Amino acid sequence: MAIDCLVLGAGQEVGKSCVVVNMNGKKIMFDCGMHMGHHDHQRYPDFSRISRTGDFDSSLTCIIITHFHLDHIGALPYFTEVCGYKGPIYMTYPTKALAPLMLEDYRKVMVDRRGEEEQFTSENIEECMKKVTAVDLKQTVQVDKDLQIRAYYAGHVLGAAMFYAKVGDSAIVYTGDYNMTPDRHLGAAQIDRLHLDLLISESTYGTTIRDSKYAREREFLDAVHKCVTNGGKVLIPTFALGRAQELCILLDDYWERMSLKVPIYFSAGLTLQANLYYKVLINWTSQKVKDAYTTRNAFDFKHVCSFDRSLINAPGPCVLFATPGMISGGFSLEVFKHWAPYEKNLITLPGYCVAGTVGHKLMSGKPTKVNVDRDTQVDVRCKIHQLSFSPHTDAKGIMDLVNFLSPKHVILVHGEKPRMIALQGRIQSELGIQSFCPANNETVSIPSTHYVKADISDTLRRHSKCPNFKFSKTDSGENSDTGFMPTPLNPLQVFDDRVTEGILCLDRSKKAKVVHQDEFLGMLGAEKHELQFAYCCQVPIGNLGNAIETEVANVLPVIDNGSWLHLLTGKLAIELNDVNIQECGEHIQVESISISVCLNDDCPHRISETNLNKSEAVYFCCTWLAADEPLARNVISTLRKLELSTNLTTAG
Amino acid sequence: MRLTSLSQGKGFYFPPCQILNICGLRVLFDCPLDLSGLSIFSPIGFDEEEYKVSSCNELRESECLDRKRQKVEKPLDASNLIHSEPYYKTVNDLHLWNASFIDVVVISSYMGMLGLPFLTRQKGFSAKIYATEATARLGKLMMEDLVAMHAEFRQLYGPGESGCTQWMKWEELDMLSSVIKDIVIGKDGTELGSWMPLYSAADVMDCMQKVQALKYAEEACYNGTLLIMALSSGLEIGTCNWTICGPKGTVSYLSSSCFVSSTSMDFDYHGFQGSDMIIYSDFTTWKSGNDVDDYSSYSAPSTSKLSDFSEDDWKVRAESLLKLDEGEEEVEKLSFLCTCCIDSIKSGGSVVIPIGRLGIILQLLEQIADSLEASNIKAPIFVISYVADELLAYTNIIPEWLCKQRQERMYSGQSLFGHVDLLKNKRLRLFPTLHSLELLKSWEEPCVVFCPHWSMRLGPAVHLLRRWCGDPNSLLIMEDGEDTELAFLPFKPMTIKVLQCSFLSGIKQYIPTFNTSISLKYFPEKETLCIPKVKTASELNIAADLTMQILSKNLKHKETSIARLKGSLLLEHGKQHLIFQKNQEASSQTKSLLHWGKLDPKDLLVSLQKMGINGYVEQENSDTESESLTIMHISEPRKALIEMKGTNTVISTDDEDMTALICEAISSNLDCI
Repeated sequence: MAIDCLVLGAGQEVGKSCVVVNMNGKKIMFDCGMHMGHHDHQRYPDFSRISRTGDFDSSLTCIIITHFHLDHIGALPYFTEVCGYKGPIYMTYPTKALAPLMLEDYRKVMVDRRGEEEQFTSENIEECMKKVTAVDLKQTVQVDKDLQIRAYYAGHVLGAAMFYAKVGDSAIVYTGDYNMTPDRHLGAAQIDRLHLDLLISESTYGTTIRDSKYAREREFLDAVHKCVTNGGKVLIPTFALGRAQELCILLDDYWERMSLKVPIYFSAGLTLQANLYYKVLINWTSQKVKDAYTTRNAFDFKHVCSFDRSLINAPGPCVLFATPGMISGGFSLEVFKHWAPYEKNLITLPGYCVAGTVGHKLMSGKPTKVNVDRDTQVDVRCKIHQLSFSPHTDAKGIMDLVNFLSPKHVILVHGEKPRMIALQGRIQSELGIQSFCPANNETVSIPSTHYVKADISDTLRRHSKCPNFKFSKTDSGENSDTGFMPTPLNPLQVFDDRVTEGILCLDRSKKAKVVHQDEFLGMLGAEKHELQFAYCCQVPIGNLGNAIETEVANVLPVIDNGSWLHLLTGKLAIELNDVNIQECGEHIQVESISISVCLNDDCPHRISETNLNKSEAVYFCCTWLAADEPLARNVISTLRKLELSTNLTTAG
Repeated sequence: MRLTSLSQGKGFYFPPCQILNICGLRVLFDCPLDLSGLSIFSPIGFDEEEYKVSSCNELRESECLDRKRQKVEKPLDASNLIHSEPYYKTVNDLHLWNASFIDVVVISSYMGMLGLPFLTRQKGFSAKIYATEATARLGKLMMEDLVAMHAEFRQLYGPGESGCTQWMKWEELDMLSSVIKDIVIGKDGTELGSWMPLYSAADVMDCMQKVQALKYAEEACYNGTLLIMALSSGLEIGTCNWTICGPKGTVSYLSSSCFVSSTSMDFDYHGFQGSDMIIYSDFTTWKSGNDVDDYSSYSAPSTSKLSDFSEDDWKVRAESLLKLDEGEEEVEKLSFLCTCCIDSIKSGGSVVIPIGRLGIILQLLEQIADSLEASNIKAPIFVISYVADELLAYTNIIPEWLCKQRQERMYSGQSLFGHVDLLKNKRLRLFPTLHSLELLKSWEEPCVVFCPHWSMRLGPAVHLLRRWCGDPNSLLIMEDGEDTELAFLPFKPMTIKVLQCSFLSGIKQYIPTFNTSISLKYFPEKETLCIPKVKTASELNIAADLTMQILSKNLKHKETSIARLKGSLLLEHGKQHLIFQKNQEASSQTKSLLHWGKLDPKDLLVSLQKMGINGYVEQENSDTESESLTIMHISEPRKALIEMKGTNTVISTDDEDMTALICEAISSNLDCI
C-alpha cells in the first residue's frame, strides 16, 4: 500500500497551501489556502483534481486547517459554499475563532476596495465556519473508525498547529507553518516523537540561519523611535492577526518603558476586536504571557487606540497598524499613497511579501516610484524598514524537526524552489531521509507501513522478558595470556539482549498466533518426534605387550569400564576445548552426547567394519541429538584417532 | 486484573476511590477528602461554647464525665462538637496500601484531588499522577483555599495545639456523643486512623509538581504499557472519565457523569467504544433507587464487552439519554433559586450561597445578576474567597473545557461567562477575605454572597451565617448534605430561611440496558474483586515487509502455515512490536529442527531411494503391540541403520553427509519446523 500526496498548492512556491493526502483509502486535505499574488482562477487550488465530478464529499474524508492565515484558509469558504463540500473540517479553537475575521477582512478588501466580483459572501463565511469542529492541542480526534488526527503546537501564530494523522499503521505529520524558537507572545513548536511514514514540512526559510531575535527587535524599535522623534509617521502594514499583536506587545512595552506619548493606532475596529479573542485564548500563547494573565492580560494594550480616516493627514507623529499586510490593497495601500512621498515617514515591511504586491516591489531594490495599479504611480521617498523577524522556522529549525521526528520520507512545500532543492539535498545527505519537493499538481507516492497483527501467547511473553545475560571482557585475549584475574581497567561488560523466539502460525480462518516452541505441539495436538543419532565406535588397544594383553583381557570386562571412560575423558578434554565434559559413572556426557562402553557384540550401531579382534579393541557407544551433530562428529573423529593406552598408572 | 474499592464515596464532594491492578500496575482512581467530616468540629468564633468546655474542665473530672455521658442520650447541642483545630478525614483504606507500590494515580475531578498531598508527601511515593489541565488548576485553587481557610482557623488555637491532639485520646472519644463518635471512628470503629492534620501550602505545591496535566482525549503513555486518556464526563469543568488501554485490552472508568451540562464540555461517549470492560463508579443511581439496596447498594457492572457496539449504537443511546428532561429540571431549579434570592433581597434580607460547585456558582452568578437587573434591584454580589480572583479569571480563558453554548459565546466575540462584564460594571466584587479593608468599604446589605465553605465550619460562610442566622428575611442556599442537623448545630436557633437543593451529580438513569452478552459484576466496598482475563492473548504487531521475508511452511493435511520468528519484543504505546535483528537468518539456521508426528517406514524408504540410498526394512516385534520396532538397513552408498519406534527414531551412520541426507528424507516425511 502507498501514501499518495497530491500537492494542489504551495508546491515550490508560497501561497495557496493545499495538500491532499490519500492514506490507506482515507483522503485528507491539509489547508485550503488562496494565493495573494493572483487575481484569477490561479488564486485557488485546482480542486477539480480531487474529483472530476465535483462530488467532494465522497472523495474527501476531512479537511484540516493548520492556522488562520489566508494562504492556508482563504479558499475554504469558496470550497465549502461554492464548490459544495459538506464533510468535516477540523481546526484549533483559536483558528476557528479568528479565521472569520481574517476571511471577512479579505472579502472586504476584495469587494469593497478592489471592486472585484466577490468569490464568497459574509453568509458563506458564517455557514462555512459552522461546519468546523474545533480541536484542542494533543486531543486525539477519531474522525471515523480508522482515521485519527491530533494537533500539536506550532507557534507560528495564535492557534497554529501541526497535524498528525494516522490511518491503520501509517502515520504522517503536516506541519503547516511553524516556528522553532519562542517569541514574545507565542511558544516554540512542540511535538511528540512519533513513528512517521511521511513528514510534510514548510520550507519558507530553507537556507537561512537566523541569529538572536532580540537584536532584530531592537533594530525595529530604534527605527520606529527615531522616526517618531523626528515627527514622522510610521506605517506598519500587517494582517489583522498575529504579527499585529506581536508588534503591538513589543511597542506597548517599549512605549511604557520610554514614556512615549505618541499615539499608536489600529486601522479599524477589527484588530481591537481580535485582541478580545487573544485575551480569551491566552492559553495558546507563550508561558510568560500565560503566567501573567491574572495580574494583567498582556493583550490589554495601554497605548493603543483606534484610527479614524480623517487622521491620515493630521499633523504630528503617530504609529499606525493597517491591514492588509504586504500592501496588497485596502487601507494600507490608501495610507501608503499618502505617506510614502515624505522623507520623514517610515514604512515597515514584513520579512516576506508575495510577488505582485506593492510590498514585494518595495523590497526588491530601492525604487523611487512604484506603480500601485495600472494608472497610479506613487513617489517613494520615505524610509523602508524590513522586519527581519519572522514567525517561520529557519533552516536549522527544519533540520532539527526532521531529525527529531526521523520520518521515513519528507515532502517540502511552502517555499521557493531553489531554497527547497538546497534543503532537500541537505535532508538526504545529512539525515539520509528520502525527500521530495513536488511542484503544484504533482503527486508523490511513498510506501506505507503495515503490520501483521498476531496474538502472542502469555508463555512466549514471559519467556521474552527473561533476562538473557551475556558477559564479555573487552580484551580477554591479553588477559588470559598474562594473568589470572581481569584488572579493574577492563570491566566486565554485561549485555542483556532479550530474544524472542516463537513460532508464527497462520491459519486461513483464524487470526495469526505466535507461540513458544514448548506450547506449540500442545496447540497442534501432536506428539514430538524425537530424532536421535547413534554410533558405536571401535578403539583399538594398541602398543601393548602380549603378557600384559592377556592379563588385561582377563581383567578388563570386570573392572575397567570406568577406567576406559576415565581415560577417554582425559583424552577428550585435551582434544575438545571449551566443552563441558561430565563423567557420570557408566557414561560420559558432553552436551546431549552420551558415551558409554559397549559390551554388546551385536550392537546395531557398529556400522563400520570391524577388523580387529574382540580383545584388541574396546567399543564406545555414542548417542546424541540433532542439535549436537557437529560436536558429535568431532567426538567420534577424536575417538577414531585414539590409541588408548592401558598404562595402569594413568588408569589410576 | 483486580479491582479494590477503597471507598464508595458520598456523592459529588467525596467521589469514590478505587485501585485497579492492570497489567501488573496499580492504578489509583481519585484521592478525595471527606470534608463532611468537618461538621464534628466547632467552627471558630463560638466563644460561649469555648467557655462551657473550659468551665467543664474546672469541675471535678468524674462529675464532668458523668455530665458528658448523660449528654449522649440528650439531643445534641453545640457543646457536643469537638473544640479543636480540625482534622481531615481521608480515605480510610488507602492507608493500608504502601504508597510506593502505587504506579499511577488518575484524578477525575477537582474534588477527587483534595487528598492528594497526603499521598504525595509520603515517603517512597513515586507514582505518575494524571489529571486534566483544568482539574489540576482548579484542584490546586481548591486546595490553596482550604489551606488558607484552615490557617485562619489555626490562628485561634495557635500553633502549639497541633502537637497534642486531645480529642483523639480514647477517653475523650468515649465521651463523644454517638452521632459524632460514629463519624470519628466509623461504624466499625476502624476509621480513627484516617483523620489527618491538614497539609501545608508547601505540600500542595510539591503535589502539583508531580501532576501531569492532560487535555481531553490526549493520549498519555505510562511506561510504554498503558495508554491513558481522559474523556469529558460532563459533570464539572475539567472532570473526566478514563480509558486505560493496555496490551491485554481496554478498561474504561466511568466516574460521576452528566449528559447535560450548561458549563462544562459534554459527556464524551466515543472513548467507551471498543472497551473490553467498564468500571462503573457513578453511584447516584443506587442512591435514589430502593430496589438496588440488595446489592449492598454500591455495586457496579464491570467486564462489559462493548466492542460489539457500533458507533451508531452509542450515538442513539447517548442521544436518547440526552433527551431526558434532566436539563430542563436543572434550568428550572436554578431559576427557582434566583426567584428566592430576589424575594429575600426585596424583603431586605441577604443571601449567602456556600456551594462548592464551580459550574453552579458560575451559572448562579449570571442568572442572579440578570434577575436583579430585571427586577431593578441594585444589591451588590460578592464572591469572598482567597482564590476568587484567580478562579474567575481562569474560568474565562478556558473555552476548550466548556460546552458548545459557551464556546459559541467566544466565537461571537463575547466573554465566556457573564461575570466578566459584571466585574467591569462593578456589580460583582471579589474579595479574598471578610476582613479585608476593601470589603468593609464597599459592604452593603442586602447583598448576595458566594463564599466557601459548604461544610459551614470553615471560611467566610461561618461568619456570614452567624450574622444572618437570626434574620428570617435572609436566605441560605446550600446543597443537600448528609447531616444538615449536625451542620447547623452551632448556629441554632436559626430563623434564616434555608433552601436545600441537590444538583445533578451523576447519571440518573440506569444505563446498561445492554445486550445479554455483557457480564455484570458487582464490587462491594473494601473488597477486592478478581476480574477474569478479558483476552487470553495479547496482540503483537509484526512489520509486514518483514513477514514477507520469513519462509513459512505449510503443515501437512492442514491449512495452516507456520514460521519461526526471532526478534526482540518491544512494548510501546500499549502495543507490542516484534523487532527483527538484521542478522537473524544466519543464526536461525543453526537451530535444530523440531519434528512431530510418526514416520511411515515405507514412505521413508521411497524418499531415500529417490536420493539414491538403498536399503531394506526389517520389522521387529517388541513386547508391546503399539510400540513395534522397525529397523531399516541401508547398504548403499554407505552402510547405515535407522531404528524407528513410535515417535522415536535413531540414526546410525559413520558419515556426516549420510546423516544429513537421511535427516533431510525424514524431515520431508514428517512435520517439522
